[in-house]
This record gives sequence, C-alpha cells and structure tokens, in this order.
Amino acid sequence: MTLMVPAVNVADLKDTTLLNMGIFALFVAITMVIVIKASRNNKTAADYYAAGRSFSGPQNGTAIAGDYLSAASFLGITGAIAINGYDGFMYSIGFLVAWLVALLLVAELLRNTGKFTMADVLSFRLKQRPVRIAAAISTLAVCFFYLLAQMAGAGSLISLLLGISDWGGQALVIIVVGALMIMYVLIGGMKGTTWVQIIKAMLLIAGAAVMTFWVLAIYGFNLSDLLGGAVETSKNPNILNPGLQYGKTETSKIDFLSLGLALVLGTAALPHVLMRFYTVPTAKEARKSVVWSIWLIGIFYLFTLVLGYGAAALVGADTIKAAPGGVNSAAPLLAFHLGGPLLLGFISAVAFATILAVVAGLTITAAASFAHDIYASVIAKGKADADTEVKVARRTVVVIGLLAIVGGIFANGQNVAFLVALAFAVAASANLPTILYSLFWRRFTTQGALWSMYGGLSAAIILIALSPVVSGTKTSMIPGANFAVFPLSNPGIVSIPLAFFLGWLGTVLDKRKEDVTKQAEMEVRSLTGVGAEKATNH
Amino acid sequence: MGHDAQETDAAAAVDFKEVQSTEQFKELRKRHRSFVFPLSIAFLLWYFAYVLLADYAVDFMSTKVWGNINIGLILGLLQFVSTFAITGWYVSYANRKLDPIAAEIRQEIEGHEFDQHGNPVGGTTK
Repeated sequence: MTLMVPAVNVADLKDTTLLNMGIFALFVAITMVIVIKASRNNKTAADYYAAGRSFSGPQNGTAIAGDYLSAASFLGITGAIAINGYDGFMYSIGFLVAWLVALLLVAELLRNTGKFTMADVLSFRLKQRPVRIAAAISTLAVCFFYLLAQMAGAGSLISLLLGISDWGGQALVIIVVGALMIMYVLIGGMKGTTWVQIIKAMLLIAGAAVMTFWVLAIYGFNLSDLLGGAVETSKNPNILNPGLQYGKTETSKIDFLSLGLALVLGTAALPHVLMRFYTVPTAKEARKSVVWSIWLIGIFYLFTLVLGYGAAALVGADTIKAAPGGVNSAAPLLAFHLGGPLLLGFISAVAFATILAVVAGLTITAAASFAHDIYASVIAKGKADADTEVKVARRTVVVIGLLAIVGGIFANGQNVAFLVALAFAVAASANLPTILYSLFWRRFTTQGALWSMYGGLSAAIILIALSPVVSGTKTSMIPGANFAVFPLSNPGIVSIPLAFFLGWLGTVLDKRKEDVTKQAEMEVRSLTGVGAEKATNH
Repeated sequence: MGHDAQETDAAAAVDFKEVQSTEQFKELRKRHRSFVFPLSIAFLLWYFAYVLLADYAVDFMSTKVWGNINIGLILGLLQFVSTFAITGWYVSYANRKLDPIAAEIRQEIEGHEFDQHGNPVGGTTK
C-alpha cells in the first residue's frame, strides 16, 4: 500500500538530512542564546523558581500553552488521529476540557495560597513535614512519567531526521538529546525556560496554522473532502468513527473510559502546570493566564484534527508506521509532504523546541520540589540558604534528567500522547483529591492527605507496572516478559476514585483534628488574596 | 525579599477566624461555590456523556450528517465550543461578582490599596 501514496518516501528524507539538520541546528542555537540572556537576572530563589513573579497574564498564558502543548499534543495526537482516526481526537478533547477544572476550581485559589510549589498549598493547614514529603514524591513521580514521554518523542523526531531506524542508534540519539536538554535547564532557570516556552508556543501554533491552512487548501477548504481523502488512503471508512482503537473488546472500551477520566482530571494536578501560576503577580493575572492558554490550546487542538486526518490522507498510516519514529512521525512526514525539506526542518525544529521547553519546565518543577520541599524544609529544617537550595535544585535536575533518559530509551516507539496520558493518570490519582479536599473540605486532615496521596500514587504506578504497557505484548516496554495481570493500559478508572475514597476514609478515621485557625487563614487567603506573595521588585 | 517578609507579617497579625465568620466573607464564599460547583458538575457530566457515547454508541456517533461529517465529530467540536463558552462566562462572573467583594475584604484587612501588580499604593499601612 505504501506504493499507492506517491509523494512521501522515507528514503528521500536521507538525501535532505543535511538541510534538515542545518535549519534545526540554527534554531537550537538561537534558543540557547535566548536562554543564556534571560538567565542573567536569576538572583533569588523566587527568580530561579518563579521568575520573580514578574510575568503578565497573557505572557504566562502563552508560556502555559508552551508548557502544555508538548510533543504529546503535536507529534502524539497527530499520529494518533492519523492511525487510529477518531479515537485519537479524544486526546484533544480531554486535554482541553481538563482546563476547566484548573480554571474553575484550582488556579486562582492556588496562586493565593502558595509560594513556589504544589506542596506549599497542600501542606498549608496540615502537618508540614509528612505532607510536604508526600507532595514532593508525587511531584517527582509525575514529572518522571511526563519526561519519559518527552524523551521518547525527542528520540522519534531526531531518528526520523537522521534516518536512524535501529534500536541502538535511537537509544544513542535519546542520550545525546537528553543531555542537551539538561544543559538548557541548568543554565536557564525559570525565566529562561519561560521565554523559551513563549517563543516556542508562538512558533508551534504558527507552524501548525500554516500546515492546517495548507492541508485544507489542498481539499478546497472542505473538511468533508479531507475526511473523504483519509478514508480513501486508509481504505477504511471506520477511521472517521469512534472505536477503531478502543472499540475492539469490552476491556478496551473500559480502557477508553479510563483514559477519558485521567485526561480530564489530570491537568489541574500537574505540578509543572500548577507551578506556572506562581510566575504571575496576582490571582487575577492567574485567571487571565488560564483564559489565554485555554484559547491558544483549544485552537491548536482544532489544528491537530486537520493535521491528523491530513497525515492519514496525504501520507498514509502504513508509511507513518514504517518510518523511523513510527506513529510519532506523522506530523514531520506531513510537513515533508507539503513543503519538502525546508518545512520539515522548520517543523522538526519547532517540535524539538517544544520538547525542550517542556523538559525544561518539568525538570525545573521536579528540582524545585526536591530542593524546596525535601531538602530545605525537611533535611535542612529551613536552615538552608538560598544558594545551597538552588545548588541542590541543579543537582536534582541532573539526576532526574538521567532517569528520564533511561526511561525514554525503553519507552521509545510508544505513542507520546499515550505516555503522557499515564502521567496524567498518576497526577490525577496522587494530587487532585488532596488539592480539592484541602481547598474545599473544612474537615480534611493530614491522615486523609497522606492516605490519598500515597494510596493514589502507588495504585497508579503499580497498575501501570502490571499493565500491558510494560509487559505481555509485542509493543510493551519489556516485550520478552509477561506479568501483565491488570488488563487496562491506563489505570485512571481504578486509581483516581480510590484516591478520592482514601482521602475521605483517612479523614473520617482520623482522631486528630487540624488547626481551625490555619483552615480559616487558608480559606480567607485563597478567596481574597490577602498576604499573597507579590512580585519581587528589582 | 524584605518586602515579602513585611507582607507576611502584616497578614500574620490578622484574625482569620474572625474574617471567616463575617457576613461579607460568607457571601464571597457562597458566590464562589454556588457558581463553580454546579458548573463543574455540569461540564463533567457533558464530557462523560460524550465519552460514553463515543465508547458505547458507535453507530449513533457514526451517523453521517453532512458529507463525511458525522455526529461524533460534531459533538466533539461542541466540546470545544462549550469549553470556550464556560471560560467566558466564568471570567465575566468573577469580574462582576467575586473580584469587587474580595478586594473590599482585602482592603479592610491590609488597610491599603494595590496597583495592578499587587504592590501597595497610597493609603496607610495599619
């Protein structure tokens, strides 16, 4: 069937490798300069973690979009729609609707109560040490899963550009790319990262807009004809209908529901997204930034629908699956089909910058969480000076980065959007119940928080480890073994309700009562913004 | 950072339990919750109705309405529309009903006004 699709031939890519890489390298060099320039002003901890709280709502909203529109959104969703049709569209919808949870229930209240990390809010009126440690551990776990997905995406992308299709070569690519990304974070801090995210969000949305316009132009701006083209190339009318991927068995249908649950509840519990709300000076700016990002993200996801079906129609699922990078190469291959090596180089560079920016955001969140919540508050018992804290944060960046590289090598070849959905499931299980309970439930106690966080986190991780994602099928991370006793590939439908239940149970069984004064303070602060951290003056 | 410390001190002297029990604060909490809770339940129900339809009512979702565009695609796009609409609605509600009363309470506690960056301007510190 590959012969039926004329324009894209993966072998052609090798002839243009130099040009692709040239455009790509130029772009990476430019972003590097920006990061170095932006990092000159990193003086205090508030600078390093929260960019001095100096960003405006629209700036931060664009940066949030940059943080959120990761390789999963661009490479993953486009690939998922190109191959699985309508079922891939589910990611776009879930990823977007989830923002309403953040907007209505979390963003502003969180901005008003916290300082640097998610743990600031969760431990506000509960016992500091245990809750802080639990929040930091779950932050590290979520960041790890999210990072692993980005590393796998980076591997796919560069392998495609260089035409490397063997496993060892791709592993090497992931190592090099991962090391490069760690460098960025070490140099840039939050301010550098935020600027990369703003620039990259604009380039990504512009690039996707151009490709969308181009694809639609080919089909005379008629969506119906584009869909018809996808059916024709795939020779499968079901690509337009739900169920191509998840409709096969009763188990896979429940898996779809589980995915839907994890997607919609995950966003408002992602530590790296929550941390972005601290880079603005007030709750009102936090609200503005969410609104801004909802619009940008929503419009981008409308583009991915066209790009996904465009790749299905113009490139074809078989060509995509056979290319180095597999399902994640749909968007770059579509770019190559439309605009040749020039557009491929540009789109790949943008995709790479996307991954880079997200990796930076994630590692900085993980590092801040470890340095601020575990090192400064627990190990050094609040006696660490800011310099040591930032030093610890930088070391954490290196460790987290290395772990993600190893994970990325094993996850190579899996759809990036799918991997990110696992991170969403972990976040929604470990963090969301405690965030909501501590903001809205007066009686909530430390024991409830700990049961919910540790219970949700371990349930999610254990179920992923025992799922077909890790073992038991040809596409698993460890294809040789089979210990997949849990049938669903996304654990959300079990672990999220369990975490909510444990939070409730731990609280009603707790004989200790929490400090009512602290509860009053948290409630008043969260709604009014009294005493919230202000912008630092330079 | 000295500025931060000063702010925290000012807030530490406040009797939050007393503020919490004022009618004004209760009104703010009521306005906030009576808006965000029902709306959250509504959009989650609408989202899960959509997911369940895509999961278990494949034939219905595959019904073609216009050319190759089927009900599934239309409902999916309506999820986008509802998300944008709810966002707009909440922002207008928060600007009209929540922000003024929150600002009043904050002024009473902190005794000074804030510029758009949240820094105190004019007025005197209590």
